[in-house]
Amino acid sequence: MPDENQKLSSSGPNAGTHRVVGQPVHRYGGVDRVTGAQRYLSDITFANAAHVAFATIPVGCAAIDAIDTSPAWAMPGVIAVVHADDLPQPVARFGVSHKDRPVIATKMVNYHGEPVVAVVAETEDEAHAAANAAVIHYTELPGVYGLDAALAGDAHLVQDPSVRPRDDLNSTNVLEQVEYAWGDVDSDGISSPTIIEDTYTFPMVTHFPIEPGGIVAAPTDDGGIEIYSPVQHPYLLQRTIADVWSIPLSRVRVIAPDPGGGFGGKQTPRYEPLIAFLALKTGRTCRLVLSLEEAFQLMRRSGCRIHARTGFSESGELAFHEMQVDFVVGAYADVAPRVMTKGSYVGAGPYRIPRVSINARAVLTNTVPSCAFRGFGAPQVGWATESQLDAGARALGLDSLEIRRRNLVEHDEAFIRGDYEARSDGRWHESLEKAAELIGWHEPTPSGRGRGIAVGIKPGATTGLSQSLVRLLYDGSAMAYAGTSDMGQGARTLWKQILADELGVDLDLITIISGDTNSVPFDLQTSASRSTVFMGNAVLAACEDIRDRVLKLYAEATGTAQSELAHSPGQLVTPSGAIALVEAAQTALGGLRGEFVGQGTCRLWGEKGHPLGGDAAFYEFNATAIEVEVDHATGEILLTKHVTVGDVGTEINPLQVVSQDEGAAIMGLGHSLMEQMLFDDNGQIVNLGAIDYRIPTFNDVALDMQTASIENNDGPGPYGCKGISEGALLCTAGAVGAAVADAVGTPVRELPITAERVWRTIRDANRDSPV
Amino acid sequence: MTESSLHPTSEVAVALELNGNLVHATVPAHRTLLDMLRDDLGLLGTKRCCAEGECGACSVLLDGELVNSCLVLGAEANGGVLLTIEGLSMDGVTDLQAEFLAAGAVQCGVCIPGQVMAAEQLLRTNPDASRDEIRDAMSGNLCRCASYQRIVQAIQAAAVGRRSDA
Ligand code: FES
Ligand code: FES
Repeated sequence: MPDENQKLSSSGPNAGTHRVVGQPVHRYGGVDRVTGAQRYLSDITFANAAHVAFATIPVGCAAIDAIDTSPAWAMPGVIAVVHADDLPQPVARFGVSHKDRPVIATKMVNYHGEPVVAVVAETEDEAHAAANAAVIHYTELPGVYGLDAALAGDAHLVQDPSVRPRDDLNSTNVLEQVEYAWGDVDSDGISSPTIIEDTYTFPMVTHFPIEPGGIVAAPTDDGGIEIYSPVQHPYLLQRTIADVWSIPLSRVRVIAPDPGGGFGGKQTPRYEPLIAFLALKTGRTCRLVLSLEEAFQLMRRSGCRIHARTGFSESGELAFHEMQVDFVVGAYADVAPRVMTKGSYVGAGPYRIPRVSINARAVLTNTVPSCAFRGFGAPQVGWATESQLDAGARALGLDSLEIRRRNLVEHDEAFIRGDYEARSDGRWHESLEKAAELIGWHEPTPSGRGRGIAVGIKPGATTGLSQSLVRLLYDGSAMAYAGTSDMGQGARTLWKQILADELGVDLDLITIISGDTNSVPFDLQTSASRSTVFMGNAVLAACEDIRDRVLKLYAEATGTAQSELAHSPGQLVTPSGAIALVEAAQTALGGLRGEFVGQGTCRLWGEKGHPLGGDAAFYEFNATAIEVEVDHATGEILLTKHVTVGDVGTEINPLQVVSQDEGAAIMGLGHSLMEQMLFDDNGQIVNLGAIDYRIPTFNDVALDMQTASIENNDGPGPYGCKGISEGALLCTAGAVGAAVADAVGTPVRELPITAERVWRTIRDANRDSPV
Repeated sequence: MTESSLHPTSEVAVALELNGNLVHATVPAHRTLLDMLRDDLGLLGTKRCCAEGECGACSVLLDGELVNSCLVLGAEANGGVLLTIEGLSMDGVTDLQAEFLAAGAVQCGVCIPGQVMAAEQLLRTNPDASRDEIRDAMSGNLCRCASYQRIVQAIQAAAVGRRSDA
């Protein structure tokens, strides 16, 4: 059995033996997706299911005075009408970082959209009609909907201090704070010849998965429950349901249909404990299908305000960098404290800076609880740091590329110093230079246009555990059980490729099983672009385990000494030559047939005391270059070129790398150019839904868009790979911002950089400049 | 306990040619074509996201026109000829669908049936579409995985294939 606590270190390329790893193998499940046969949660039919709808109130902050459920009960088809008083008291609270989210709104409504009443009815229409009939009497309170309001001395407290009794910060709206520092900023900063100081903002944006999502819960005969939810972390959901309702893990079965887009928004449980309660209470299968509007009220990225002060030497070297970073996290913690600590940990960027001070806070507001979102805090803080670098470059007469060349760390150089330093695990200058080359940095910028280049970095997972089972069947087909949720990144395609090479099995003969806690072994989560590295290593180890077992049984069956046998990918090497592993397996299994079962585990222990719980298994590094044309009369921006280069280690499937890179890069255009959730004075979301909230379309893609990878086979995953799925949006905003500033002469410091903001910036600059 | 007891609307009988077969359904007058397809006729390949005509996930071809089925009433399809993703895929993966796979255009996939229907209509009505025309014609179909560039490539490849077959 392979060492299950293997250290994650670069395994290097396995050149010569690859047949399908590295090939553009088509997506697992692709045919079902193009023909409409793929079944997402709302496509699965359940016999005799009852339907759930919620009643909410049109404000972001209120005390619930009374609830009159009788009009709802009087509606046709109603099976149950439930609010906080109907749940076991005190109403359970749950959450991954703080147990602060109640199963249903309890005494208070803390954000617009928080469910107050849940109705179970025979049909979806009946459930909605009855939910509309429920009468909620409430007193609106002066909620806090922005940072200044939340941080004011007399601010309304989003969370009652009793929710976090032992917390020093519980009489404020600061949920958590963190400080990172090295060098001594105060002493020496003043002597830097060039100091740039400014404030930047990053909007709250929503994930907008094309599948808004939903939940189905069905009670089982043994007192347990089955939950269907398109979640990224089925095992976290299983644990949460077990904890909240005191059911043994073995009787909580989570079935996770492929998410129709996740992007971090489908990680943590929110409504599942409530739907489970409704199913247990009514004894019926209860089905909730969310609308897109409800998805807006379920998931978003935290907004951020960053005040930064940065010093540069005369030749453009960073001398110091100070930041106050405030994340707008919303009403409940979810994973937002982690977004704050992880995003600000790399807040100073991949640069060589002798003195850094970063103070970051996660600030509660009466808005939708924020959660993970591709990039996980790094794009927010990076927006400020990258913009500061460009401001410094402009002041010093350098360009975007040159200032980065002078400051970007070399391979294995520390970019985070102090007690828990972090070093570059890639040759990042190669990505920067490649991006410059692809956009034609050295050719003159066409007139009327501007160019910018930026870099971004994000720590991958800092702890992890993925377990996998692989079965090699008698007829030479194989199955892998791997708990990664396949939400568009194409994880199962990679497992298939690994099996094909390691066992020598045809791609067509491989089946991957995922999304069912009853049959698939434990996987911590599908997040932080970890799966290719963690689950990939587990699948690889399971294949090696199978080869070991084939070798041993072959020795026994043929009377060969084990010492005379060896195995390699797809083969058993015998004294009379190499034979296909599948053939050796058949010989070994003999007339009784049977199969081989291999197990693989990849575990990364954390590091006590480390601010992130451990050093990252790898870093995602990206360089993005953008060219824009700006209409000075209207402020409209036309993206003429968009280039991104990722430091990927090894491409296991180049086609999927391109899809993910382009997808992330275009998604990054959303928060850079057009997306922002807006709230009115009562905390209602103003642009709730697709008509008023715009995401990138076909027409928003740059006229010329290219992605590329740097492959140095230097990652800790199979064949030297690293995770890749977030890199291309880490620094989109910085590159767009630099390009716009280059085109119009003045930077915009608030995202999204809308036409209106550009127009105002041009107007103000003209007004200020002497005629 | 039917919907008509909820909303005093009448039920209407709908007869249409759906993917080449004549089908009959009786649905509440307010039911959308999308809901009729999914809930009454069991055709689940047509997807729902925004339900207000903004995302294209529910795209189908009604009487040779591309429509968002969430914006059309089931009753309006009465007497019509309707093609959905199931009908398009009746004989297996089409050339266009194969190009989607080859181009890496399919990520989570939930927008893809709508994208395929819109792309098919484009190829039928403007087989020589330029890249800009493709982008314009497809701009009503959102893809949050942002496979846009891959989809354009797939459409262009399918167009080339159809021209050489013609
Ligand atoms: S669901 Fe019909 S256009 Fe969005
Ligand atoms: S493939 Fe995921 S939304 Fe288009």
